[in-house]
Amino acid sequence: MSQTATMASTPVTGSQAAVEPSGPRPKPFFTPKKIILYTTLVFFSLYYLFPLYVMVVTSLKTMPEIRFGNIFALPQTPNLDAWVRAWTSACTGLTCEGLAPGFWNSVKITIPSTIVSIFIAAVNGYALVNWRFKGSEVFFAILIFGSFIPYQVMLYPLVMITRELKIFGTLQAVILIHTVFGMPILTLLFRNYFASLPQELFKAARVDGAGFWRIFFEIMLPMSLPIFVVALILQVTGIWNDFLFGVVFAGTQNYPMTVQLNNIVNSAQGTPEYNVNMAATVLTGLVPLTVYFVSGKWFVRGVAAGAVKG
Amino acid sequence: MADTAVRMEDGAGVSTRPGFLSRIFLHNLSAKFAALPMVITVLVVFVGCTIWTIYYSFTNSKLLPTGKFIGFDQYERLFATSRWNVSVWNLLAYGAMSLVFTLVIGFILAVLIDQKVRFESAFRTIMLYPFALSFIVTGLVWQWIMNPTLGLQGTMRKLGWDWFSFDWIANPKMVLFALLIAGLWHGTGFCMVLMLAGLRGVDEEVWKAARVDGIPTWRTYLSIVLPMMRGVLVTAVVIIGSGIVRLYDLVVALTNGGPGISSEVPAKYVFNYMFSGGNIGQGLAGATMMLLTVLIIMIPWAYLEFGGKGRR
Repeated sequence: MSQTATMASTPVTGSQAAVEPSGPRPKPFFTPKKIILYTTLVFFSLYYLFPLYVMVVTSLKTMPEIRFGNIFALPQTPNLDAWVRAWTSACTGLTCEGLAPGFWNSVKITIPSTIVSIFIAAVNGYALVNWRFKGSEVFFAILIFGSFIPYQVMLYPLVMITRELKIFGTLQAVILIHTVFGMPILTLLFRNYFASLPQELFKAARVDGAGFWRIFFEIMLPMSLPIFVVALILQVTGIWNDFLFGVVFAGTQNYPMTVQLNNIVNSAQGTPEYNVNMAATVLTGLVPLTVYFVSGKWFVRGVAAGAVKG
Repeated sequence: MADTAVRMEDGAGVSTRPGFLSRIFLHNLSAKFAALPMVITVLVVFVGCTIWTIYYSFTNSKLLPTGKFIGFDQYERLFATSRWNVSVWNLLAYGAMSLVFTLVIGFILAVLIDQKVRFESAFRTIMLYPFALSFIVTGLVWQWIMNPTLGLQGTMRKLGWDWFSFDWIANPKMVLFALLIAGLWHGTGFCMVLMLAGLRGVDEEVWKAARVDGIPTWRTYLSIVLPMMRGVLVTAVVIIGSGIVRLYDLVVALTNGGPGISSEVPAKYVFNYMFSGGNIGQGLAGATMMLLTVLIIMIPWAYLEFGGKGRR
């Protein structure tokens, strides 16, 4: 079984000695090289998996069990008490409402930010490829260069701008900021994708008299499902995981889940409840993890998209 | 010959046509309207806000940015503040280690996975999943694992290994390595994915040629394949580098700058002065220094990528 698999996967390099049976010599599966290879891979995998294991196991334990001091041990009687506490009544130092409000705030931030930022970026990419105007490439170049400017550089002026617009400390402000800072990478993504589509379609529609929006909605959008999926994954995980913009622009009552989580673990008073902390941590990681495991290859494509230059 | 004539005629025709100026503005009107958010973002945020920050870093703004021009005073104060100097040093040390280890581990993992291993997608999934998590989650998990009394150290000591020591987040000398472990856990998988894409992009013929010449595999990787992956390497360095300069959430979650100020970073310094220190000028000067750092990384890259067109 193992030998056939090895043979099938190794390309035939040509048979110099034609007398002998052709094809590469069947190799035994347990060569020293393979043992080292798999040992290393498994060792690294343990490093990556260990925190996830510890997180889940700790969240299912009781505090006395945790104080006994063995983070490897499986819970004696797994129970979801800590999860319930984390969700409904964990304290952040100010209030004791648990993570639930943070979760809903994150939902309220993530959904509109994702939709708005993707829509604007799609239109940008489309205009940059099919409707070039004077200076459009210059704007695009600055946009890409701008994505490398540290956020701290633009943070304070943006606070002033959102104050002027009377939206500072509201959901609208966070949505606006996510749209702005999501724009470079998403625009790049859509620009490259639209440029790869056959231009004849666009020209034919143009000849038939279709305008900017009509071509966009009726021809471009139906063809760009794959890139929308990539953009969706990128934005949902990125916005859900954001901390900085949430803490600055959302205002106390709109703090997203990451900010609430950090407050629960790092600024709560009294003796720390590690099981509740870990349950809260798992809960916060659950949404991006779900996206990651459901989307599979698409996630890789999404994150690698950041590396593809136009 | 005829072609140039036509083109010239065309050009002349445009410039003499009536309403030429209005044509420039009205041409593609809906496209320009649609691109308005991008134009505004570029002009107001990326250009406007950056210039604003640089300008006001030369003022004595305290609680409100209305100060008068005071030259380089904020910068002198910045580099006279031990907290800033510690931050810069931390970022340099962490950044150098993080960049090197991320690239090396990412490359090694990619090479290992490229050996036609079984369960390739399982290994890849395991290595990349931390990248889907936020830095806050990453920081908090590792904070718990590295908890000196109940975490890994406590567990090992209770199991009888009294000599076992892993108190890095409580030890000012080791705290950067604690950050590094968490940072590498989060980011190496992504680097591996990039590198793997680069490895798979190398032509099979190169491998055949190397094999025919009897070059050992490790040598082929280092001397032939790695230089061929220049594009991927540069991209990885730029992405990792700009991530390092931004390093903020992870520090807030894992150590909050402690113990003392031993794990402070510039992004945190800037944030604190802007939003809770009541000294905006200091924060803006720090932010400008961060920008300068990024420019020092970016300009050689931009030059290599877009300046030397003859290469590749």
